[in-house]
Order: sequence, then C-alpha cells, then structure tokens
Amino acid sequence: MLFDKFQTMADFQAELAERHVKPFGAVTEKILSATEGVVEGRKVILAGTNNYLGLSYDPRCIKAAQDAAAQWGTGTTGSRLANGSFSEHQALESEIAQFYGVDHAIVFSTGYAATMGMCSTLAGPGDTILLDADSHASIYAGVKLSGADIIRFKHNNPEDLAKRLRRLGDGAGQALIIAEGIYSMMGDVAPLQEIAAVKREYGGYLFLDEAHSMGALGETGRGAAQAAGVEADVDFFAGTFSKSLGAIGGFCVSRHPELEAIRFCINAYIFTASSAPSIIASTRAALRIIREEPQLRQRLWDNAHRLYDGLKGLGLPVGPTASPVVAVEMEDRPATIACWQALMEAGVYVNLVVPPASPSTNFLLRNSVSAAHSSAQIDTIIDAYGSLVAGGLFTPTSKAH
Amino acid sequence: MTDYQEYLDFLYSALAFQNKKQLVLSEDTALVADIGLSSLEVMEFIEKIEDHFDISIPLNILPDVNTIGDLAKKVRELNL
Repeated sequence: MLFDKFQTMADFQAELAERHVKPFGAVTEKILSATEGVVEGRKVILAGTNNYLGLSYDPRCIKAAQDAAAQWGTGTTGSRLANGSFSEHQALESEIAQFYGVDHAIVFSTGYAATMGMCSTLAGPGDTILLDADSHASIYAGVKLSGADIIRFKHNNPEDLAKRLRRLGDGAGQALIIAEGIYSMMGDVAPLQEIAAVKREYGGYLFLDEAHSMGALGETGRGAAQAAGVEADVDFFAGTFSKSLGAIGGFCVSRHPELEAIRFCINAYIFTASSAPSIIASTRAALRIIREEPQLRQRLWDNAHRLYDGLKGLGLPVGPTASPVVAVEMEDRPATIACWQALMEAGVYVNLVVPPASPSTNFLLRNSVSAAHSSAQIDTIIDAYGSLVAGGLFTPTSKAH
Repeated sequence: MTDYQEYLDFLYSALAFQNKKQLVLSEDTALVADIGLSSLEVMEFIEKIEDHFDISIPLNILPDVNTIGDLAKKVRELNL
C-alpha cells in the first residue's frame, strides 16, 4: 500500500494525541517578545527558537520590513531569474559578500534552499562529496540530488576525513568536503583548524554551513571559520537568515568568481519565487546590527554559559562544552516526552527531538539560548529542569550515556 | 584481486556479532529483511568493511544492496 510506510509515524502521533502532548507543531498563539510567547494556551519562555540574537523582534528590523512592504509590496511573485530580482535583493547580496570579505554572494528564499541548492549543484556525476555524518537534512537532500558519489566521514573527525581523502588518490583535489560550524542538534562546533589542515594536505573544496554559527561565533560574527582563523581555507560559506538574523532566507558566499555562473544552474534558486522585500529589508537591518553591536554576541555567550553550567550542575547529560544550543540527551522516549510536557507546564518551551533528527538513537530536549533572554529567564529554565530532577522524571535509565 | 567468495566470507565473519537471530548466512540473506539490521547497524557494518579493505563505500550504492551477495559484488567492484 502507498501509505503503509507512514504507519509508524501515524502511530507515534496517535500516542502523543492520547497523552495530550503536542511537541511537534505546537501552535504559538501570541508573541510577547523575542523570548516570550503564548504557546498552546500557555505563557512560556521561548527556549527553542534559534533566535540567537533576539533580532526577530527588534524594532529597527520590524520598521525596515514595514517600510519595504509599503514601498515594494508584499511579495515579488517571481523567480530571481524572471521578475523577482529587486534592488533590495541585490543590495543584500552586496552586503553579505562584503560582510564575509568576498566578492560573490547568492541570496536564497530559505536556508534549506541555500544548502540543498548548493550541495545539489556544486558536485555532479563523476565527482565525489565527502560530508560529515551528522550533516543537516538539507545537505543530505542536496547531495542525493547531485548524482555525485557520496561518502560520509565520522562526525567532527578530521582523521577519518583524511583517511577517506587519501583513499581517493588523485581525485582528492577535486572532492567537495562539507561540514558545518555549530551543529544544530547538539551544539558542538566543528574542529575547523584540523579540517582545514587536512584540506591543505590532500586538496579539495570546503563548503561550510554556518547556519547556527553566523552571528554567534567569530570576532565580527562571521561564524566558526572566523573563530578558528581558517576562513581562507573555506571555498563556500552558506548560512541562513532565520536564526541570528531573525527572518527567513539563506545565502552562499564565495571568493570564487564561478559562483556567478553556478547561480544560473541551481534549481532551488531558479524555480522558486524570491524572498518578499520586507524579509530582505529586515535581514539587511539585522546584518547592520550584527556589525555594529558585538555586545549582542557577548550577551548570547553569557547566557549560553549560564544555562549550560546550570543544567550541568543538575547532573544532566549535556554536551562537552557550552554553546548557544544546549541539548539534554536521553535514551527513553516516554521519559523524554514526559519531561518535555512538564517543561511546558512549568512555562518553558524547548524542542523535543527524536531520531532520525537527533544524531543517534537518543532523544533530545534541545534548548537554544538568545542574547535577549534575561538572566532571570535563564534561571527559570534551569529551575524548571531542576523540578524534573527533583520530581524523579530524570532517572538513571532515562539519561543517555 | 580478491575472489568473490573471499568477500562473502569476510562479510559473513563481519556480521557474526550482529546476526542476533543466529541465521545461517548465505549470499541470498537480506541484511535488513532477514538479519534485521537497523540503519545504524548497517552503517557500522559498512564501516567495518571499509576499514578492512581500505576503501570508501559511497552511500549511493546502498539502495541497490539487499543481500550479502549484492554487497559482496559492490565491494569487489570498488576494490578492483
């Protein structure tokens, strides 16, 4: 039967409905600030929104979007290759290229389209792609479409990457290597100095997705490669406007002039409408703020450390280092769902992550921190987890090892 | 060049630990349908083969692989 393959998911959704739990697609009924909203009838602290710098609710970004909607209308109604290239789109491309200190940029309608589009187009039949095993679903979708040979290397493991490049022999120099800055689920950062060194030894082209690290890492907020001092080794940077920049959209920038020809070969760019001018305008405003207000990054990291230290202090299984993404890893599905629901009832919204979205067979309570969170809000989140521990919801068997 | 049978023999031995149902393995044994390997176990198994033969097995070939025999043939092609 055509629908048989969906039965497992239907059963899972039925199980959640029976328990009156709605972790997937919980409806936000009201946004009160960048860090507070009313979700499923409850006023909650938003601790799972990737709104790292809190710019989704910045008055300057909102004003820019309003003005652009009034000036340009609500949508472009067309592809960038047809009628959808407004001067706003071009201006953002110039500004994002300038932000990265390179000459070439493409703006996409979503972050998914940016990574999927680039990964499906850069390499083709006869080429080889080496990608980190924990790469985002959009990257996997892209490489699958590319027709290239797809080889995974162990997550954040430069030795495994080196081994696989060595096995390619003379072909290593033409391989496309794909990694991310901060990994979205666990919040861990790629060892980019080591990956860049491997690339220098064997050759290849490095594509780096800075979706979760742009705005969060690096001296001027360019991301993990800037923080690691290896930007010269990165051939293509991709990223999104839907996290630190608080809107929606994606980009790819490069020092390679070939990006201008590649632009005309990306289906995810050609066959979709371009972003609404209001989105482009708010993104431009947010990019200016990232440039001019480095203190936002400092506040983000202060909050990240506060949450990470607090959850670690409770004995919860968090990652090895503090990060804007703090994931609590558990083995048991019912226990994780019960914890998610208890957090909601305590007024804290986090993400529930189940395999295969989580990088292993474990389940995650995924928290993302914002510069806009107050210290008191972070403490409320920690207290909510503390109540779970005190209430016995976290048991030794529910914790991941 | 290693003989097809040698590839099969290596795959049988590499699967010993994951063959929880203690099936008698043959080239027609299906990795998922018969042995019941999860997607994670398939990846661990592939990694074992890669390290043994010092090759990388592209993910693209996996949709065409159902049985131990299918895999032995693919690995032999890659190792030529």
